[in-house]
Amino acid sequence: MGYRTFILVCGGEACEGGGSAALVEALTREVREQGLEDVAQVVKAGCFGFCGQGPVVKVLPDESVYVKVQPWDVADIVAQHVRDGRPVERLLCDRSRNRERTRVEVPDYYQKQFRIVLRNCGVIDPESIDEYIAREGYAALDRALFDLDPEGIIDELRRSGLRGRGGAGFPTWQKWVFTRNAPGDEKYVICNADEGDPGAYMDRSTLEGDPHSILEAMAIAGRATGAARGFIYIRAEYPLAIRRLEMAIEQARARGLLGRDILGSGFDFDIEIRLGAGAFVCGEETALIASIEGKRGMPIPRPPFPAVRGLWGRPTVINNVETLANIPVILLKGGDWFASIGTKDSTGTKVFALTGKVNNSGLIEVPMGTTLREIVTDIGGGIPGGRAFKAVQTGGPSGGVIPADFLDTPIEYASLQELGSIMGSVGMIVMDEEDCMVDVNKFYLEFAVDESCGKCAPCRVGGRTMTNVLDRIARGAGQESDIDQLREIGHAMQKASLCGLGQTAPNPVLSTLRYFREEYNAHVFDRRCPSRKCRDLVVFYILPEKCIGCGLCARRCPVHCIEGERRKVHVIDQAQCIKCGECYTACKFDAVSQK
Amino acid sequence: MAEAKAKKPEASGGEAPLRLTPELVAFIDEWREKPGNLIMVLHKVQSVYRYIPRTIAFEVAERLGIPLAKIYGVVTFYHLFKLQQPGRHQIAVCMGTACYLKGGQDLIQEFENLLGVGLNTVSADGEFSVESVRCVGCCGLAPVLTVDGETFGKVTKEQLPDILAKYRGA
Repeated sequence: MGYRTFILVCGGEACEGGGSAALVEALTREVREQGLEDVAQVVKAGCFGFCGQGPVVKVLPDESVYVKVQPWDVADIVAQHVRDGRPVERLLCDRSRNRERTRVEVPDYYQKQFRIVLRNCGVIDPESIDEYIAREGYAALDRALFDLDPEGIIDELRRSGLRGRGGAGFPTWQKWVFTRNAPGDEKYVICNADEGDPGAYMDRSTLEGDPHSILEAMAIAGRATGAARGFIYIRAEYPLAIRRLEMAIEQARARGLLGRDILGSGFDFDIEIRLGAGAFVCGEETALIASIEGKRGMPIPRPPFPAVRGLWGRPTVINNVETLANIPVILLKGGDWFASIGTKDSTGTKVFALTGKVNNSGLIEVPMGTTLREIVTDIGGGIPGGRAFKAVQTGGPSGGVIPADFLDTPIEYASLQELGSIMGSVGMIVMDEEDCMVDVNKFYLEFAVDESCGKCAPCRVGGRTMTNVLDRIARGAGQESDIDQLREIGHAMQKASLCGLGQTAPNPVLSTLRYFREEYNAHVFDRRCPSRKCRDLVVFYILPEKCIGCGLCARRCPVHCIEGERRKVHVIDQAQCIKCGECYTACKFDAVSQK
Repeated sequence: MAEAKAKKPEASGGEAPLRLTPELVAFIDEWREKPGNLIMVLHKVQSVYRYIPRTIAFEVAERLGIPLAKIYGVVTFYHLFKLQQPGRHQIAVCMGTACYLKGGQDLIQEFENLLGVGLNTVSADGEFSVESVRCVGCCGLAPVLTVDGETFGKVTKEQLPDILAKYRGA
């Protein structure tokens, strides 16, 4: 091919939402109009991970990263960069620290990252099997079919130390051994792509950016465990990922990489897609199996584990997307290579969706053992607006918060668990001083209550009771005994719930009680919300010394509870105030204060 | 259940009775023999009618040989399936953690002010219904909402009238 320049446009969900599809069209048209179609190719790639700055365009070979690109920037990119070889300075991403514009070098954002799972995301066209194959795609399957026997595959995994990325961190090779050794002719491989945690979209980006890697890994799992059929259970809320998976499955079948007698090896394996329908509990493996069977997604007690009796009562191995995405690389580069990355007990890398109150939000992949501080400060670029860091939440509604004192904790399965959080297949949400722990926990608990399937009492009743108590505290009606009660119910739920949802639902509350007890105390004893988030506890008042009597606040007030003559100090009638905060935002003289 | 089965519902509210489209019949035939087909069929039904109409649920029950009670059980278990017809344009406000922290709740409140109805209710003119959804997976753009699948990121309260105007009557 004679292409000298490649213009990669991010096709991730956030950039699509920002209009990247129109950019692809505009760029293609512009390249053609300027007569450059023989030297430059426009490619719609998978997620670049720099989601907070989208739509993102990357120009190869010099790897300039353009951020927040708009249709009217297209002419400049093509004329200046592609034709004249001069990057368009104004579109280059700002370096977070020294505000210098990066030319050829990569933004800081990427420098601490190490990509295994996301190796192809944003690099290849996810809709082309040829591009995947060109990046050693399906070479691992080839090795699994011809160079290794099933024991050899499992042994490679054992040496890699890979553990499940979905939550509990169970060693992947053991799961495979259990399924392999379980009696039965018919076995299944399931890919858990039911990424239901709020604030997490790692799996979506992997599926959208590199669908073939999942198919390849599932076929390898089938070969190792003796399964001939695979199912991908994916959220219906991810239409783009579903479409790309369907496309990838068709392409793989056409090339003989899925279906009967793969590559002439005599091994049969095929994959079907099954859609979820918006139930968080279906991330739990027994509930997921029930859902694939077409039933209400309710978990059942384990054992027997799915490895022995899973889908339709047959031995089934279930791995999540991120776990699977590692597997082709492990087979190609060897388990020992993989084990050399990360730490002793937590090998490899971890993908996080870094979101919340952080300057650079997006998808990141770092070696295990990286500290939270490196992630928040170096990659995330710190907190916007100069506000103070408060905590990082990991593990979503099943995890916990990690306060500033523990920012230097390396990320590992054990260290996170010790802090009361979990690895989970989830996002990393940065919170600043404006976020109230009581409020955030109410959010998580309401989520868990809403998603509880209602089968077992500890989760059904416990979750509801805890939410009521938190609600009471947030309304300023908390009692001294409430905090102990939260703790008691929480421990009972952890011990007695049937599945992971109920067992982990109290985690956010318990972990914040541990690190932010004084915040609960302020709500309960002082009837005060230090972050001023709990509306019922906030009081708005006008500072007489600052009020000039312009009357703007009175005009904005939706319930007309602010009175005062023109050019005289105004007063808020507290009995009528609905605490909407309009006066606070309206005042140009900072005369409205809140406590 | 027995009662429900005995009495096949006539169309409610004077609408013409809904019939399975040929496309749906073909889809159901294709999936009939596959185990675990119900959820896939319900997705297809909802993609055609935008909700699961009662009359169609009867047809599905008959064709798949699955009791209506079981279908009702599945439909009510999963958030995505709707029993009520939504507005002509469906607004989904993301209430994932990042959007929640960045003011997703305020957007829902503002929609209520603008449309005069709360969540999961169709506005008086039949144009809009607003629902809150779990993470739509673009946390970098928080707070996010979608209208008929089109994504709007970093939305402020002030932008909502314009967004509604864009779809109203369209």
